[in-house]
Amino acid sequence: MTELQTVDLPTTIPKHKKSLLSEVAARTAGKSNIEMCIQCGTCGGSCPSAADMDHTPRAIFALLKAGVRDEALRSNTPWMCVSCYYCTVRCPQDIHITDVMYTLKNIAVEEKIYTDSTAPDFSKTFINMVENYGRSFEVGLAGIHNLKHFIGRLPGMTPMVIGMLTKKGMPITPPKRIKGMAQLKKILKRAKELEAV
Amino acid sequence: MSDYIFYPGCAMESSARAYDISLKAISKTLGIGIKDVDDWNCCGATEYLSISATPAYALIARNLALASRQVNGSNTVMASCSACYLNLTKADHNMAVDPKFGIKINQALEAGGLSYQPGALEIKHILDIMVNDIGLEKIKSKVKRPLEGLRVAPYLGCMVPRPDYASRFSDAEQPVELDMLLESLGAEVVDFPLRTACCGGHMTQISPDTAFDLINRLVKAADDQQADLMVTACPMCQMNLDAFQGEMNHHFKTNFKMPILFFTQLVGLAFGYEASELGFGLELVSAKSALSKLGMKAPESDSAAKVKKPPKGELPMPAPLPKMPRSAEKEATQ
Repeated sequence: MTELQTVDLPTTIPKHKKSLLSEVAARTAGKSNIEMCIQCGTCGGSCPSAADMDHTPRAIFALLKAGVRDEALRSNTPWMCVSCYYCTVRCPQDIHITDVMYTLKNIAVEEKIYTDSTAPDFSKTFINMVENYGRSFEVGLAGIHNLKHFIGRLPGMTPMVIGMLTKKGMPITPPKRIKGMAQLKKILKRAKELEAV
Repeated sequence: MSDYIFYPGCAMESSARAYDISLKAISKTLGIGIKDVDDWNCCGATEYLSISATPAYALIARNLALASRQVNGSNTVMASCSACYLNLTKADHNMAVDPKFGIKINQALEAGGLSYQPGALEIKHILDIMVNDIGLEKIKSKVKRPLEGLRVAPYLGCMVPRPDYASRFSDAEQPVELDMLLESLGAEVVDFPLRTACCGGHMTQISPDTAFDLINRLVKAADDQQADLMVTACPMCQMNLDAFQGEMNHHFKTNFKMPILFFTQLVGLAFGYEASELGFGLELVSAKSALSKLGMKAPESDSAAKVKKPPKGELPMPAPLPKMPRSAEKEATQ
């Protein structure tokens, strides 16, 4: 872990230079309240996957506040977030922690600086299907993803896979495209342009 | 008869068909009219939000825009999947509290000739509709087969109760709505403090050990309370606890056999429907034992849908020697 050298509070940063904290706040939909963190640690204490994170959410907020960009963005913390929102509802400062985690993932994907590609690849495979059919395709997604990232796990998964296809009768062919596929593509194209602004 | 605009979400046509089948059945008894959002698209689950916020919200908002065109009397959108419910709520909420963001999402929608005015729709989860709109008294009056003696662990998961936007109907951590509903069906609701703990979400695909740990905690807690089954209101929770229970058992060398059902399936049983009309048999951990407690049989499709063993003769193995009756053996040697 990089040692924290200086802690630059947003007020001490020259106006022309956007702080990491305000960058993350600006990119988070709704009100993030991220600048309100008092480092109490309620988030990490409430997190069901904290044990598998490089940094607890509290430590991530300290890094963001201190402007330690690289370490914050390379951390596996946002990728280990299970989106359960325990931290969000327990935060005494009303910080939308789960949404901040989404923003950190967005920046890491954009700048390709994540350390482990398992989670970003899963998300990308998922959205690739949504962008092509307008619907998700669970069997195809699990198949592609596990062949790429968990090939050794497949023998142990076989009974489950057989159950999914026979007992549960999950479709093995892609879903029918939505009628407004062209419309959805236009919307997403415009949204991507707006995201880049 | 109240009408609802229904956003089913992708899982209802795939891994959560039992939820869809049982919902459609009980809605007849309850007199609810259900009209799908015409040409709805996937809400993006937790995946699109991880990649890029603006397209992720635009994807969700297309559904809101389409649903708002269908408003006719009722402006309530009913969602069954908790991730879909949260995403629809979240997009509506964030577009309202952050007007600049709302404008941006509408600019994207405009490219497809659509628009959405935040607040135009009321987005509700089925459980909310059942407990607060329809009411427990009415539900109780429809019960023909009380679920007496059935011990049920009520498992709601994360995204129905959290985050606690103003429009949320339940407590963020210990909601009681599902318990009350199950009790009104005559079921015995076990003490289940993990009712809003996480099932692992997509972690079964990202970090399986993390997921197995969370699945184990939940199933063990229900088993400790001698629950006959767990009920959920979420396709993701159902899939994780049901489909991955075997792999989790293997990982921890345990042998849990906890059936995981949708709460609508139990409502249907109490309303007098047969198990075969409610999507029973689609679960991987069989609910047979729980059904037999109610004096009911699992539907035929349960055994029929199991992996069929090919006839012995077709197996690429040496054929076993035919066992002859002793008398025939004697005759042959003579």
